[in-house]
Amino acid sequence: MTRLAFIGGMYSNYHALVATLADIRAHGADATYFLGDLGAFGPYPDRVPELLIERGIAGIQGNYEESLSTRADDCHCGYTDPRDNYFAQLSYDYTFAHTSDALKDWMGTLPRTIRFEAGGLRFLLVHGSPRRINEFLWRSTSPEPFLEKLCRDFAADAIVCTHTGLHWYRALPDHRHIINAGVIGRPANDGRTNVWYALVDVDGVNLRVEFVPVAYDHHRLADEMQREHLPEPFIETILSGWWTTCLEILPAKERAAGKF
Amino acid sequence: MPSPDAPHVPLVALDTLWFQVAGTLCNIACTHCFISCSPTNHAHELLTLADVEPLLAEARVLGVREYYFTGGEPFLNRELLPILEATLRQGPATVLTNGMLLRADVCRELRALFDASEYSLDLRVSLDGFDAASHDAIRGAGVWERVMTGLRNLVDAGLNPAITVTTAAEGVATSDGRARFLELIRNFGFARPRLKVLPLFRIGAEETRTRAYEDWERLTSDALTSDDAKVLQCSSCRMVTSRGVYVCPILIDEPGARMGATLAETLRPFPLRYGACHTCWVDGVTCTT
Repeated sequence: MTRLAFIGGMYSNYHALVATLADIRAHGADATYFLGDLGAFGPYPDRVPELLIERGIAGIQGNYEESLSTRADDCHCGYTDPRDNYFAQLSYDYTFAHTSDALKDWMGTLPRTIRFEAGGLRFLLVHGSPRRINEFLWRSTSPEPFLEKLCRDFAADAIVCTHTGLHWYRALPDHRHIINAGVIGRPANDGRTNVWYALVDVDGVNLRVEFVPVAYDHHRLADEMQREHLPEPFIETILSGWWTTCLEILPAKERAAGKF
Repeated sequence: MPSPDAPHVPLVALDTLWFQVAGTLCNIACTHCFISCSPTNHAHELLTLADVEPLLAEARVLGVREYYFTGGEPFLNRELLPILEATLRQGPATVLTNGMLLRADVCRELRALFDASEYSLDLRVSLDGFDAASHDAIRGAGVWERVMTGLRNLVDAGLNPAITVTTAAEGVATSDGRARFLELIRNFGFARPRLKVLPLFRIGAEETRTRAYEDWERLTSDALTSDDAKVLQCSSCRMVTSRGVYVCPILIDEPGARMGATLAETLRPFPLRYGACHTCWVDGVTCTT
């Protein structure tokens, strides 16, 4: 059996990253991968990439790394509502201004996808979807026939993604799987302050997914965000577990499950 | 006049499948309707569940991601709820409505469908002004009041529609206008107001209300490559009506936009030769939410 750990969007939440890496070690993972979006809502955006480099963790670009490394003027998050774009821009401008040039260049060296085989399954790691780095794969708008087509078109048995901020898993016919690992950067819009990563056990063609909740010192993160004058709604999300911004993009079902 | 030198847009993937589920039949006749829907327009007829089912089966094989239902007024179609139920078994569905037929019992049934499905069921309700006077000038006398009843029924059922407003509502496309409109939606009782602003297409009734497209309002292949064109919704959608499968939800009155009888016949490039294509490109339109 092989045990794999997948870390979704980190959004500069290095306290959560430290706690997650410790949890992954305690679970005895054979390999750990990050799935992009190292920066966003949180403070001190150099700390997450520094930690990932120090620990030698492999991973891929998200839309943030693509934008920062090419010195783009926005995050290309893929939002469509002006309210989402307003907060996304505040977040990106702060992250851009506080990320060193050396780390921006390093982000440009990250691959956009990673492929490997584990057990009898072909894994494909992507940020948004195999089609687009910023495509949102939400549970309630990613129907089975569409996901089966993605697996066919991209010759993969298990696609692992993030980008939406919400974790989910769907088993498809013929030993195919889609795993959205969720994010450790902000809570999952459920009124709980913990964050989530994905542990995947592969045994031959059998696969088992466990989403693991991680508690971390979210009060300390909130204090630091305050010190950096990050927007109050970002801090409220960290302290309450409910999304307050960048949620117009949510499909009807996911939106109804949140508070705002 | 169609443009002779039109760029072609390939179908990159059929993600969004539209159904003209009410045909061109509507209980009102808006003065800006780009397909001139009305109580007597039978250009496209209602679709039955039996009409929709084979297309859903084909869509399943093609890996369609989402389904949209429009008209005309979809709630005129007595089979709408069974059609939605069938659709939600294989993917998310959105209904575009004028909001006049959203009785309390209908809203409760929609809520039951919403709760029972693992895929999203969403609604879009159209408004055309900040108040009854401007709205009814386009949609007809007394329409605003009936929509308000429909919206209250949605609030009571715990459903949160997106409100769609065209730029016929003066100033709505500005940030001030958006903020005012969001406040209006909040005042209807929706704590999480959702707003989509759409441009007008100078075809159908709108051609009479304002003006038709000028000849220069056409896309040419030196202004737009087929790679550029891949951002347009026609690179990822098709529209089913009683008369066949069309390229997109806008062009169903153009015989040249009918691409076939089945989805399989429509998986090919389309020439962007119409005035409406110019609006889609210039305004970055997508009819999806």
